[in-house]
Amino acid sequence: MSDLQPVKFYQTGTFTVGNRLLAPEERSVQANMQRTNSLNSGHRACQGCGEALGARYAIDAAMNATNRQLIAANATGCLEVFSTPYPETSWQIPWIHSLFGNAAAVATGLSAAMKVKGKKDVRVVAQGGDGGTTDIGFGCLSGMFERNDDVLYICYDNEAYMNTGVQRSSATPPAARTATTMPLGSEPGAPFGQGKFVPAIAMAHEIPYVATATVADLRDLEAKVTKAMSFRGARYIHILVPCPLGWGTASHDTIRMARLAKETGMFPVFEAEYGELKSALAIRRQLPVEEYLRPQKRFAHLFGKTPAVETIARIQAQADKNIRRYGLMAKEAAL
Amino acid sequence: MLKQMEGSKAVAEAVALCRPEVICAYPISPQTHIVEGLGELVKSGELKNCEYINVESEFAAMSVAIGASAGGARSYTATASQGLLFMAEAVYNASGLGLPIVMTVANRAIGAPINIWNDHSDSLSQRDCGWLQLFAETNQEALDLHIQAFKLAEELSMPVMVCMDGFILTHAYERVDMPTQAQVDQFLPPYEPRQVLDPNDPVSIGAMVGPEAFMEVRYLAHAKQMQALERIPQLGTEFKQIFGRESGGLTRSYRADDAETIVIAMGSVLGTIKDTVDAMRDAGHKIGVLGITSYRPFPIEQVRAALKSCKRFVVLEKSLAVGLGGIVATDVRMAVTGMGLKGYTVIAGLGGRAITVTSLTGIFEKAMRENLELVNFLDLDWKAVNKQLEREKQTRRSGPIAEALLRDVGAAGTRNY
Amino acid sequence: MKKPFAITLDPGSSLANHTGSWRTSKPVYLDRLPPCNNRCPAGEDIQGWLFHAESGDYEAAWRHLTRDNPFAAIMGRVCYHTCESVCNRAQIDAPVGINSVERFLGDEAIKRGWSFTPPSTESGKKVLVVGAGPSGMSAAYHLRRLGHAVTVMDAGPFMGGMMRFGIPKYRLPRDVLDAEMQRIVAMGVTVKLNSKVDNILDSMRAGAFDAAFLAVGAHIGKRAAIPAGDAAKIVDAISVLRSMEGEDKPMLGRRVVVYGGGNTAVDVARTVKRMGGEPIIVYRRTRDKAPAHDFEIEEALQEGVMIKWLSTIKQAGEHQITVEKMALDDKGFPQPTGEFETLEADSVVLALGQDVDLGLLNGVPGLEVADGVVKVGANMMTGHAGIFAGGDMVPAERNVTVAVGHGKKAARHIDAWLRGASYTAPPKHELAQFEKLNTWYYSDAPKTVRPMLDIIRRQSSFEEVQGGLDESNALFEARRCLSCGNCFECDNCYGVCPDNAVIKLGPGKRFEFNYDYCKGCGVCVAECPCGAIKMEAEEL
Repeated sequence: MSDLQPVKFYQTGTFTVGNRLLAPEERSVQANMQRTNSLNSGHRACQGCGEALGARYAIDAAMNATNRQLIAANATGCLEVFSTPYPETSWQIPWIHSLFGNAAAVATGLSAAMKVKGKKDVRVVAQGGDGGTTDIGFGCLSGMFERNDDVLYICYDNEAYMNTGVQRSSATPPAARTATTMPLGSEPGAPFGQGKFVPAIAMAHEIPYVATATVADLRDLEAKVTKAMSFRGARYIHILVPCPLGWGTASHDTIRMARLAKETGMFPVFEAEYGELKSALAIRRQLPVEEYLRPQKRFAHLFGKTPAVETIARIQAQADKNIRRYGLMAKEAAL
Repeated sequence: MLKQMEGSKAVAEAVALCRPEVICAYPISPQTHIVEGLGELVKSGELKNCEYINVESEFAAMSVAIGASAGGARSYTATASQGLLFMAEAVYNASGLGLPIVMTVANRAIGAPINIWNDHSDSLSQRDCGWLQLFAETNQEALDLHIQAFKLAEELSMPVMVCMDGFILTHAYERVDMPTQAQVDQFLPPYEPRQVLDPNDPVSIGAMVGPEAFMEVRYLAHAKQMQALERIPQLGTEFKQIFGRESGGLTRSYRADDAETIVIAMGSVLGTIKDTVDAMRDAGHKIGVLGITSYRPFPIEQVRAALKSCKRFVVLEKSLAVGLGGIVATDVRMAVTGMGLKGYTVIAGLGGRAITVTSLTGIFEKAMRENLELVNFLDLDWKAVNKQLEREKQTRRSGPIAEALLRDVGAAGTRNY
Repeated sequence: MKKPFAITLDPGSSLANHTGSWRTSKPVYLDRLPPCNNRCPAGEDIQGWLFHAESGDYEAAWRHLTRDNPFAAIMGRVCYHTCESVCNRAQIDAPVGINSVERFLGDEAIKRGWSFTPPSTESGKKVLVVGAGPSGMSAAYHLRRLGHAVTVMDAGPFMGGMMRFGIPKYRLPRDVLDAEMQRIVAMGVTVKLNSKVDNILDSMRAGAFDAAFLAVGAHIGKRAAIPAGDAAKIVDAISVLRSMEGEDKPMLGRRVVVYGGGNTAVDVARTVKRMGGEPIIVYRRTRDKAPAHDFEIEEALQEGVMIKWLSTIKQAGEHQITVEKMALDDKGFPQPTGEFETLEADSVVLALGQDVDLGLLNGVPGLEVADGVVKVGANMMTGHAGIFAGGDMVPAERNVTVAVGHGKKAARHIDAWLRGASYTAPPKHELAQFEKLNTWYYSDAPKTVRPMLDIIRRQSSFEEVQGGLDESNALFEARRCLSCGNCFECDNCYGVCPDNAVIKLGPGKRFEFNYDYCKGCGVCVAECPCGAIKMEAEEL
């Protein structure tokens, strides 16, 4: 009887959205019956949209962390289009859409306005997709980081320009089929060796807080948004939000795909402060990248009659590199 | 208070008197001295309660201003030339969203070829963006128009550009009458936004609007400019009551009452034109001037009224609608539709080309003799132009035009900028 | 605020857009049958009572459990917990220790003095139960709960039946047994001990009973013809175990051969060991063919019980026996080899199975007996109207849990019969198979091993071998339950819906879909840990 385990075990722990066994203060924002539903029902996102989910998760958490004193600037993109077609908006918070490439700058202006108006408790979030963040909005984003403006920028990364019909962005993974990187020729899909990982670039700006998250790890996501709100200055959270349409996955597989991205090491989930890596979310049950790639039609050409073994191996090597670089295996993860 | 000072600094001081709350600064010649001046005032503490933000581009400058204005702050920025084009998308957005931002445009040519000198191509490229555009003739007027611009913008909830000629005004030291803070405060009330992002009264600004309502939104922008046609003269009157001088308004006539020929222009060139007209009047010519202060909204009725007694008009403009001719001239021609007037377009001063009294006198005399083309180019070097056209006819690989012309005219041909 | 036309909109106004019209299939909540519940011979709602135990509400858990089975503490000791063998958690790490949590709840109930609530109204009907064993007392409990007046008659001096006379106290301490028997008596059940029913019809008439439930245990040990000398001491296992309950302990000598391979053989061997003897089990087949539970064999071996597999007794003498070695043939049947061996043996205990004394049924019209047991219908009624039977008396597997299940089932049918109606069990839900679960969401947690009594004490005393879980352990174990097929309010559906189309109704009230907005993406179904949602085609 000497080696009994101490009871710190709650059936589903913090894996599920809620858990009646946890103390109220340990419960998630999303589990709350009175949660704010910052992105209200009736929005026109596709079935199983990861971005709609990620946005509600993040903005609800931010509302919770700021006692609802929150304003958002939104880049053009799916999130903007599906949430605010005249005459209806889904947003419950003050929200502005200006342009595709300027969300970070608009947020800077809002933040300056709040400061000059003496509304220090009103916090500002900017949000956009990967196109609006890693491509067209990158200049404004970098400027906002560099000035350390008091803005939390959230990128909902679905790895292509979904709103315009799935064209490649600088966040599109290698080998992925998009409308502008078709699975044709000797190097089908998006090329290797291109693209950018903005969280790492954000870290290079040495801003107070940088984190990545996925819609598969709600508690982690909420904790990061909450933590981000405890800092002043520029902050960046990059959330992987699978897109059933663009990825060619079943609408019910959205969260599963995000989970697989994390469990294979394809998408490292970590956080950094002032340019230094602070922690990583450990891979719980490591899987080969094939498990992640195979259910996605955008990678279907890798699994044809003659499987693209070499390409899959190159993608695996990238995942392995992530695992090494960010310490994603359990024993290494406690940085 | 009378001061001898650079135009840019005068504008900076005037803007500061308007108590802007957010200023976005990105440098571009010839606007630099304005934002430098404001930066100094904020840093020194003379301009209080103001966020001065060094942005990374003009696109960001306008975007930050959009955010700040939507957040309820009085917002200001300044730009010129390429900068205005670089922010063009945000310029349209600011007016589309109805955010009363005030922006100085230190007018400058647009490249290529790159050219830092004055003309009106930049502002006029944004003719249809929905902003109001006021053109200053002098540094005093530039200063005064900024004070009026904030009031006008905020009343209408529409953005206003104050256009002043780059270098010619921005870098000229002149005597100006700088108003007191009390005067400005009396004229310009604190900013009360029509719409603002406020967690206690949330709204979504910037919805996607489809065919069912888009035309109405655009018409409403037009309607606001029509309102401005009434409001701008009133503001001039109110301004005079407090500041004691005429400034602003839609148009201003000079020695035009009995004129048979009226020269129409915008900006600082009006000074040279007035000098020329004075001399021609002295010589007995019935010639006058119509200065346009409000380019947008375009004061059709005022232009018609000003031209009702003349026989002919000359629009002298620092801009070129390539493939057509004049830009301002087109608007004037529309205004005088059915009046039976002869009208001439004179394109002048592009890229900083000097506009001299001699040249003006020559072309006005030709106009009075009705011996002008519909579209004319003042002091164009026809020799150089024809040489290049000939060269291109003969050689496929004729090389870059600008460099060839520089060689031909022998100007600074070997200098590196 | 006077908002600019079209570009500026009122918050949350998209509620006007009912996206539910996009749907081609819709999610619906359902309860699936957890494999444990499906497997339980006593029909316990295991998942149901674990749900309460998970939150630490042990009394609610115990009350939920005892809706089906009043003997939590007994079950927690003697039930062979086949539920655990089908537990879905086995496919993740190890099955949930259902049995140990049940025992914890049973012990907790005894410790805290929780009692059953007597019925609020009396039916006015009288039922006679014959036999105070697991089946009879279970029936008495359920009948009493339904408001009937119940009298239990038993030939023996104590309540418990085969639980007392067939199960050694090191597996089922008698204070536990007594506590759970007394709790039923306290509900107002009359128990008459030392009252053998010789003729059921006479007894029913004498007591004016409206119905009877017969639950006589298999107390008669089967004999086998072993050539034996006059001096050879041959007894049957059930007599040995019964005599352990009395004043006079059995005199078996030092070397005791136990003949048989079932649980009773093991029980006797382990009892002999505790009395200081040296037991040898002789069984004609191999260990994997022995009917005894392997864990019991394992514990017996640990305690020093010798077992000779593939052996039959050819002859028994005063102090020795002759065994013949057997070999399995192609079909797995033992065949004699002609090889003999002599073993020292002061006595031979025959553990070859038991029979039921069916004497009380003589002369009951309509009643059919075959192979030593009574035929009953699906409603547990014999061929004689109003007489029901269960437990060892009817054709079924013979163990405590099965007997308890018979008691419950019979009680429901008796109740219906008394009202002139018939009882129909509600239809079973579809099974919650492992494939229906999303086990990602469950924390990693191996099974908590119950403490085992120190091996020396096990060999020399009759103290209970298997200990119970302490509270923290029981809680841990309960929380290992996956709640297969039944919503446990984890909020996943509520959280993962991209359209906020799940309405959370509050603690204990589960959830509802808002079909005005549900687009039918199915994320809730995919991410429900326990498989309590399914997609249904939308009628278009």
